Amino acid sequence: MQISSPAFKTNARGALADPHLQEALGHVRSGFIDKRQKAVDALPEFDALRESARAIKDHTLAHLDLYLEAYEEKVKASGGHVHWAETAADARSVILDICRAVGARTVTKGKSMITEEIGLNEFFEKEGIRPVETDLGEYIIQLRGEHPSHIIAPAVHLTRDQVEADFRRAHNHLPPTRDLTEPASLLSEAREVLRAQYFAADVGITGANFLVAETGSSIIVTNEGNGDLTQILPRVHIVVASIEKIVPTLADASQILRVLARSATGQEMSVYTTVSTGPRRPEDPDGPDEYHVVLLDNGRSSMLGTEFQDMLRCIRCGACMNHCPIYHAVGGHAYGWVYPGPMGAVLTPSLIGVDKAGHLPNASTFCGRCEAVCPMHIPLPKMMRHWREREFARGLNPATQRYGLKAWAFFARRPRLYRLAASFAIPALSAFGGARRRFRYLPFAGGWTRHRDLPAPESRTFLQQWRDRETRKQEART
Amino acid sequence: MRQETLKRPRVGLFVTCLVDLFRPTVGFASVKLLEEAGCEVEVPMAQTCCGQPAYNSGDREDTIAIATNTIKTFEEYDYIVAPSGSCAGMLRKHYPALFKDHAWEARAAAFSAKVHELMSFLVDVMGVDAVSAAREGNVTYHDSCSGLRELGIREQPRRLLGSVLGLKLKELKDSDVCCGFGGTFCVKYPDISNKIVEEKAANIQASGADTLLAGDLGCLMNMAGKLQRQGADIEVRHVAEVLAGMDDGPAIGGGER
Ligand code: SF4
Repeated sequence: MQISSPAFKTNARGALADPHLQEALGHVRSGFIDKRQKAVDALPEFDALRESARAIKDHTLAHLDLYLEAYEEKVKASGGHVHWAETAADARSVILDICRAVGARTVTKGKSMITEEIGLNEFFEKEGIRPVETDLGEYIIQLRGEHPSHIIAPAVHLTRDQVEADFRRAHNHLPPTRDLTEPASLLSEAREVLRAQYFAADVGITGANFLVAETGSSIIVTNEGNGDLTQILPRVHIVVASIEKIVPTLADASQILRVLARSATGQEMSVYTTVSTGPRRPEDPDGPDEYHVVLLDNGRSSMLGTEFQDMLRCIRCGACMNHCPIYHAVGGHAYGWVYPGPMGAVLTPSLIGVDKAGHLPNASTFCGRCEAVCPMHIPLPKMMRHWREREFARGLNPATQRYGLKAWAFFARRPRLYRLAASFAIPALSAFGGARRRFRYLPFAGGWTRHRDLPAPESRTFLQQWRDRETRKQEART
Repeated sequence: MRQETLKRPRVGLFVTCLVDLFRPTVGFASVKLLEEAGCEVEVPMAQTCCGQPAYNSGDREDTIAIATNTIKTFEEYDYIVAPSGSCAGMLRKHYPALFKDHAWEARAAAFSAKVHELMSFLVDVMGVDAVSAAREGNVTYHDSCSGLRELGIREQPRRLLGSVLGLKLKELKDSDVCCGFGGTFCVKYPDISNKIVEEKAANIQASGADTLLAGDLGCLMNMAGKLQRQGADIEVRHVAEVLAGMDDGPAIGGGER
């Protein structure tokens, strides 16, 4: 995937000027927040569950190598294969080899952000393999040649009308007079079209919400059941997952599942929770002949032991972006790579470098709503600040910002000079504000006055006035 | 008499740089409220800013220098009170993190434990539940982010506003959603900030209130500036001005049209 994170500001301006996108983003504001709140309110032990979910992941991350090895053993014991991929390129070539070995022409895919991260679809197309997305949202954006704008609702940037138009364009074998007004009719049309693909596919690829060390299982949660068909019908099932998806036991996974769907969509549980362990056994009614797991690192192990380790607790619920005012304003594509919103603002610099993703951790008001709703208690604003510290140390932020900051800090560090300078500047600025007591334009404050007036200072500074008052009191006493 | 004076807690008022420079009325209102609550208030002259602009820009060196000055200036007081959730949050929650594994770690922790935001100090520490102010009309209230989420300030200002004669509180839709100020954010990403404050301004206008109150001057200046640019007829004030009965002068940015 092309990285456009350095152009975040331009992307954002485009997003703000796009009426369809703005209409669609209104649904994020109204669709997720209330539902999550209701689900949370209905479960008195929600906060206790968050604590235990956090503890499970912290424990796992502290012993990540052990659990990954234990997991690998179990996968092998159940007849599956584990492939370690250090980089995105490694993962792509492992996957290609598996597909080539069975002469795959068509590959069905369940929803997976990791395959976005490694750019699998573009790669497949170059290699002459046809990837077919089976999740409704993913299917829609594949039709449009786009990328997901949200980690759990990939097509959330589109309005229903846009989707209807795409379907009419792409499914031109269906009667043009058909009724597609209900969202459910879009889903059933997609299902209809996809049905044939499930049987044509030689390989099915899914992601994983959890990998379970105890049993060697992978777990996915979906609402459409497409993941099940993707992994059961083809001869080969490939799970592509990053290393931090591991949890020790099935009980741990169930514990975290209780906060996952509630935080994501406000459901108690997603409609389907599917556990798969190895290929089909003789007594199984169905299942793949081959079961492969591609374990992707792609920079994650280098986050261990740093101030960014907590980010590896993330379970990709999307609550942080659902509650983020910046995400609400510009949507997911503006962030310029795979992961948007607050989690993307922390994770993306780790994965593609802060020199490219530097805007992301800066484009935050630190309002703290993401951290407040994150089921894994990830201190997102704090970690964005850590990125800003690294950028500052490397001199990556714009010179004007650095000089402005340094000039201000010069005074803030020197109380006498601060008072002296303020005692001249502030009354002058106040007078300059005139009877309107505010500015429509002020040199050097264009960022502010482009969109709003700047209130003028009232009069002299508080400290000036206070000192005069104290002096008068003193004099009155003597 | 002497006994009484001894018992009065000594409060150092951290007035905040924005109040110092732009809105001294908030400083005087804070002093009045604190004195009425039985505190002895002092305003040390060596104060400047809490250091957030540097801290949030990733400049730790300047932040530590500024924070060191703040701690030195204020650590002698029983309490340090600031009329801002954002600055009080910085002093109370972020200074300890800033000085972790630093020679001043213990000193910073002792200082931070004494810091309070004005509303929560009055209600939670001094046990104030009513003020002697009056104001006719409908006000609405914006919950600034740091105060709300870092310090749990929500009920305190509402309780005190409830005691103001003639005042009716009209709750603001999405009062807990950011106004888009975010310190330097609003000038680094002006277009995004504008989108967020537009949303806020629409909710304020829809509340039917004639006055908007909040506890942080940064957010107030942002919202006031937007409302005035839109030509809205809504007064914007810091909540302390109303509670102290010092709300008869011009509102924030409120002069001739
Ligand atoms: S950072 Fe937290 S809220 Fe955001 S997706 Fe990850 S787990 Fe969910």
